[in-house]
Amino acid sequence: MDTAAQAGTETCRHCGDPVGPGAAAAGHAGFCCPGCAAAYELVNGLGLDRYYERRCLDPEVRSLKPETEPGAIPDYAVHVTTTDSGEASLSLLVEGLHCAACVWLIERLLARQPGVTHARVNMTTRRLTLRWVPETGEAGTDAPDLGARRILDPVLTVGYRLVPYDPETVERDTDRTERTLLRAMAVTGFAAGNVMLFSVAVWFGGDMGPATRDFMHWLSALIALPAIAYGIRPFARSAVTALRAGRANMDVPITLAVLLAAGMSVWETARGGPHAYFDAAVMLLFFLLIGRFLDSRARGRARSAAERLLALGGAAVTVIDPDGHARSARPHEVPVGATVLVAVGERVGVDGVVAEGVSDLDVSLITGETVPARAGPGDRVFAGTLNLSAPVQVRVDAVGERTLLAEIVRMMEVAEQGRARTVALADRVARLYAPVVHLLALAAFLGWWLAGGLPWQEAVLIAAAVLIITCPCALALAVPVVQVIASGRLLRAGAFLKAATALERLTEADTVVLDKTGTLTVGRPALVTGPGQGWTPDDLRLAAGLAASSRHPLARAVAAACPDAPAVTGVREHPGEGLSWDGPNGPVRLGSAAFSGVDDLGAGDGGATGPALWLRDGSEAPACFRFTDPLRPDAAEVVAALRARGLTVEMLSGDRPEAVARVAADAGIESWRGGCTPADKLARLQALRDQGRRVLMVGDGLNDAPALAAAHVSASPASAIDISQTAADVVFRGERLAPVVTALDVAHRADRLVRQNLALALLYNAVTVPLALAGLVTPLIAAVAMSTSSLVVTVNAMRLMRSRGEKT
Amino acid sequence: MNALLFLIPMALLLGLAGLVAFLWALRSGQFDDLDGAAHRILFDEDDDETDRPDPPTRQG
Repeated sequence: MDTAAQAGTETCRHCGDPVGPGAAAAGHAGFCCPGCAAAYELVNGLGLDRYYERRCLDPEVRSLKPETEPGAIPDYAVHVTTTDSGEASLSLLVEGLHCAACVWLIERLLARQPGVTHARVNMTTRRLTLRWVPETGEAGTDAPDLGARRILDPVLTVGYRLVPYDPETVERDTDRTERTLLRAMAVTGFAAGNVMLFSVAVWFGGDMGPATRDFMHWLSALIALPAIAYGIRPFARSAVTALRAGRANMDVPITLAVLLAAGMSVWETARGGPHAYFDAAVMLLFFLLIGRFLDSRARGRARSAAERLLALGGAAVTVIDPDGHARSARPHEVPVGATVLVAVGERVGVDGVVAEGVSDLDVSLITGETVPARAGPGDRVFAGTLNLSAPVQVRVDAVGERTLLAEIVRMMEVAEQGRARTVALADRVARLYAPVVHLLALAAFLGWWLAGGLPWQEAVLIAAAVLIITCPCALALAVPVVQVIASGRLLRAGAFLKAATALERLTEADTVVLDKTGTLTVGRPALVTGPGQGWTPDDLRLAAGLAASSRHPLARAVAAACPDAPAVTGVREHPGEGLSWDGPNGPVRLGSAAFSGVDDLGAGDGGATGPALWLRDGSEAPACFRFTDPLRPDAAEVVAALRARGLTVEMLSGDRPEAVARVAADAGIESWRGGCTPADKLARLQALRDQGRRVLMVGDGLNDAPALAAAHVSASPASAIDISQTAADVVFRGERLAPVVTALDVAHRADRLVRQNLALALLYNAVTVPLALAGLVTPLIAAVAMSTSSLVVTVNAMRLMRSRGEKT
Repeated sequence: MNALLFLIPMALLLGLAGLVAFLWALRSGQFDDLDGAAHRILFDEDDDETDRPDPPTRQG
């Protein structure tokens, strides 16, 4: 898009895509297609044209092209819920949200619809909540979707894609955990501030009498104790769980230190002593909660991105009842033996056998094959494939858990369980650290009590000081702060981190396995141009005119190669064969060799040269169009960059070996395998693992999902199907593969910073622990030491933010 | 020292008021969409203008 704008090409006034030279002749000057022209008119007609001044288009978001295929708009009926007051509500995910202006436009458009009581877009989560009072009659209460489609119509016309989702499944308890943490953080933060108010007075009020000091201590206790009781719960819960399982995690010393410090301080206050640690205990808790919150935040952000994509899967299917009525149902509710209608552009939701109709199915999700497969009566179809050219009726023989799709998902889950349980570095440190800290505190207590001759109360106080000072405040912040900053940087570079330990595992990778279709390549065929082709520009114009009316990927590639070709009317599509049209010179046929009457062996579909289409215009000699699935623009560069980092690069593909060999040569990969089934890929991954390799798997198709789950760490492009994205640790956006390299680099730098931070935290302990053991630590020293160490690790982590990395 | 008896409760009450305000805001969903809220304010002022059935003729 950008390059087109720079080259001075006119861009569409609605969606910003380049406008072909034929637009004015076709009656939509200034727009790339009639849909955009209609959308612009709608927005202008409602007086909302300021939208165009205000918006800024994000090149990585789907462009605002209105859907032209009828099957592309999902059925909202199954997701509409009604309240007791008769209000209907619907939750939708919005695709195509570019900036705040889009939010504004959508809300304005919906607010103008009659009956709408609430329409609000959450820009962070890209969710739209819509509530309305259905009108009585045909378009409202009597319609199965209570008028949802009619209300959403202007938004769809403008070009946003609205996908319904079930709010119950998406808003899981992780959202609630985050809120609990935030609340606990607020309470302890408030308490820490106010307790500090009194502590500072005690520390520096040299002439303060004991009575006033005790009063201050009691006030501190009054604030600190409820706050501790409230804020310690997340840690206490996890500590108890760990102890029950016979392990010690970082939360055990945290809980113990805070409780011990609070208990000792109460006791000290009660007997009028000078050493109350209320401020240290609350502050400790506050810092730790910050670390915990950042941690859950970093994971939550990646998760919401993945969820957004996951929700796309639950589309409804159309069931045809024996009496001929069509109704929509959720895929898993369809009985075996029922007949399901799959419209053009719809994904097949069930496994079954075609009962009626002939069409081309995009099976790339299952096999990784770019060229669609023909399906006619008696052929098996699988859930997850996409119907391209004609409606078909499918007799269901498996739904839900029993489909091939679910089978592959299960294979993936098994592989995932087998994935070596990676223990996060921080946890490994904690496992060593926790017992040492406890032993130290115990030694301090016993040493001072038995050997040092102190009363046991004093000895306990010293032990508590040891626990507080060693408490892994800096340690607990060291990792999450780095992770939050790293994932933020990656997000800007176009990669989401999904797994908490993904960064660590990325640094360990020594082998990269790439899928071909959709990963190394764009995943869409493109016409081979250049000298030596078997067609003339006139052939292309004619073919593009015919192809404009088809959804077949090869036809689309032809149409895309000559966008200003005049579209012809009266084209008939013969599913699985090609297109025909009655031209001035007699019948014109565009399609397979056999369909076009070309007696050509070996050069037809398939073969080493890739897929081909034949054009026969009347009695003239046929022209042959050849196609290739082009590499992503930076594929070769990325492969070279991975090599330069000392990684072994390998390619596994389900496609024909000839096609794989060509792509391997172009991308500069020496080691490759073609014709792999999902199980083959999985086996190869396991073989690599047995050799002791740590594999980074990059793939997008359903056939890659088990391999993605089995790899040490995995990445998927955002164009991948949801299952693959679920299995992947990193999801990257855009046409380029570069985010994979960026992710590796950021992971390595983050790893260095985490190690530095851990070293800093340990260094701090090495200095302060002897002081604490010697009984020299006062509450003031504890407070200062603790906050300094936390600040140091945070500032160190910030270094990841400003950096040479800005060039990305 | 008597001033303390007056100042301490005041400090605590003010702090508490802030805490309650934050918890209320959290509960009422004001922290749900931080990105949207930051941008929404830029558009709200236009709404009056566009909502009017007859936009006044602009000068200049």
